[in-house]
Order: sequence, then structure tokens, then C-alpha cells
Amino acid sequence: MRIGIVVFPGTNCDYDTFWALKLVGLDPVFLWHKDTNLINVSAVILPGGFSYGDYLRAGAIARFSPLIDKIFDFAEKGGLVLGICNGFQILLEMGLLPGAMLPNNTNTFICKQVYLKVENNDTPFLRKYSIGEILKMPIAHKEGRYYVSDSELVKLENKKQVVLRYVGPNGEIDSKFNPNGSVNNIAGVVNEKRNVMGLMPHPERAVEKLLGSDSGIRLFLSFLN
Amino acid sequence: MSKWWVKLEIFLKDGILDPQGKAINSALHSLGFEEVEEVRMGKILRLKIEGETEEDIRDKVRKMSEIFLANPVTENFEIRVEKICE
Repeated sequence: MRIGIVVFPGTNCDYDTFWALKLVGLDPVFLWHKDTNLINVSAVILPGGFSYGDYLRAGAIARFSPLIDKIFDFAEKGGLVLGICNGFQILLEMGLLPGAMLPNNTNTFICKQVYLKVENNDTPFLRKYSIGEILKMPIAHKEGRYYVSDSELVKLENKKQVVLRYVGPNGEIDSKFNPNGSVNNIAGVVNEKRNVMGLMPHPERAVEKLLGSDSGIRLFLSFLN
Repeated sequence: MSKWWVKLEIFLKDGILDPQGKAINSALHSLGFEEVEEVRMGKILRLKIEGETEEDIRDKVRKMSEIFLANPVTENFEIRVEKICE
């Protein structure tokens, strides 16, 4: 299965994502953001990095790249679109996912391992995980404070669109395990149709025990038929 | 057609934590400026832009702010048409 990895000026997790997809036997291809054709890929991944230097707001400029219109149509037709870190920020700016990202409440760039709880697995991306499972993955971002208005947050929770939450090592949901000030410790969300997912942690950096965790590998395995 | 300087001010909406503003506020308190109650830090963009009238300019900047320059989920913006420059 061919999976497209979108590359913008400033993307830096494209090769890690490529490696993770290769590792599980998929056929990754790079898609330049100025291309206008998705060359029949089965799914699209917007990888991490600093597209356009995060100028103005993370993802704000990347969102107007030519390939983005095609990705929007692809997602509307039910195509699988995954955004990791900067990719998540781009999906929010595109409006494919609800909410927005703000600078971390710590005022700092944070790069560390975190624990995540799978809150909902009713999405193709998480079908190989169980509800309540605790995962370990790194985060590496400065604008990762997920925000939605209070009324939107209620809707998001009711519709079970929150899929990953920052937790303690034993699954404790507590503000002390919230690295960046995200509302309700949210680390990952899906759209209502559940074919678009965004997450701030980096599953592609957690695909081998050697890297400190292989919690992320099943996310890439989920693309296999 | 004239050219105008327009100042666009973008701030986080009220109630949304602004950690930079908060840090600056604490620093001001350390310096003895206890009377400062709150600091909000935003962005200012200055645009040199061509248009017929002030209203025309304002409409254009409002449009670009709504779709791109400000994020409607988290930010409010204010447009100040400064002066005709050419």
C-alpha cells in the first residue's frame, strides 16, 4: 500500500515517518507540497517539523499550499489523513479537525517522553490498540496546547472524538501529567467521520525498543489491509 | 488609488491563558510595578496596502485576517488604518 508523506519547507520528520512505514512493509512516497496530484496514495500523512518556520502560527502558511486542496477533497471523500505534531497543527488550521493550537503554557519547547491513554479506538488509525491502553511516546513541540471553546469541548468529548490523552505512567489523568496545558489533557483527536486524526506525540519516533518505546508501531501497522 | 499603512493588532481572546503576558507581568512586579494587574502580549503587523478608500482598505484587511492572519478559534483582531503614505 502506497502512503503519501507530505513535505513542506521546514518539515523534519519526513524520513522518520518514511522509516516507520517501511518497517511495517508499506510503500511510502514523498509528496512535495507544491504538487497537485496525490498519485493514488491510500492514505496521507502530514509529518512533524516546522513548516514555513512556524511563522505567524504553526501550520498557518502551510495550510495554503497547493497540495492541501487535494488533501481536503481526499479527506472529505473518506480518505485516511493523519497529522503528527506540525501535521496536526496544519489539520487544525485547515479546519479538518476542530480547535486550535496555542504556545505551551510552560513558555518553552518541550522534548520528552510522555504517557498517553487510548481513550477511544473507534478510528482506523487506532484499531490495533485497546481502549484504556497506556502508550509511551515522545513529544517535541512549542505550540502544543490544544484549545477548543468550552461548548466545543463538551461536543468533542460526547462524540468520543478525543482519542489520546496525556496521563501518568499508570493512566492517571491529572494536570501534573499535562505537559503543555492542553484542555482536558488532550493529545489526539479525530474528526466526526473518524478518517482524519491528529496527535502531538510522535509515533514515528516510537517504533523500536531501541528508541525507548515501540508504542507507535501499531499505528503504522493499522494502514495495512 | 492610494497606498496606506495599516496596523493589525492580534491578541488571544479574553480568558485564554497568555503565558508570555503572565511572565512579563511577574517580571514587572519584581521590578516594583505592583500596580500592573495583567499583561497580554499580542502581535502587530504593519501592512502597506493599496486601495480606493479607507473603508475599502479596512474590508480587505478584515478579509485577510478572517481567513489567514488571525485564528478565529483563539484570537481577536483590530484594524487601525494609520495614514496615506503615497
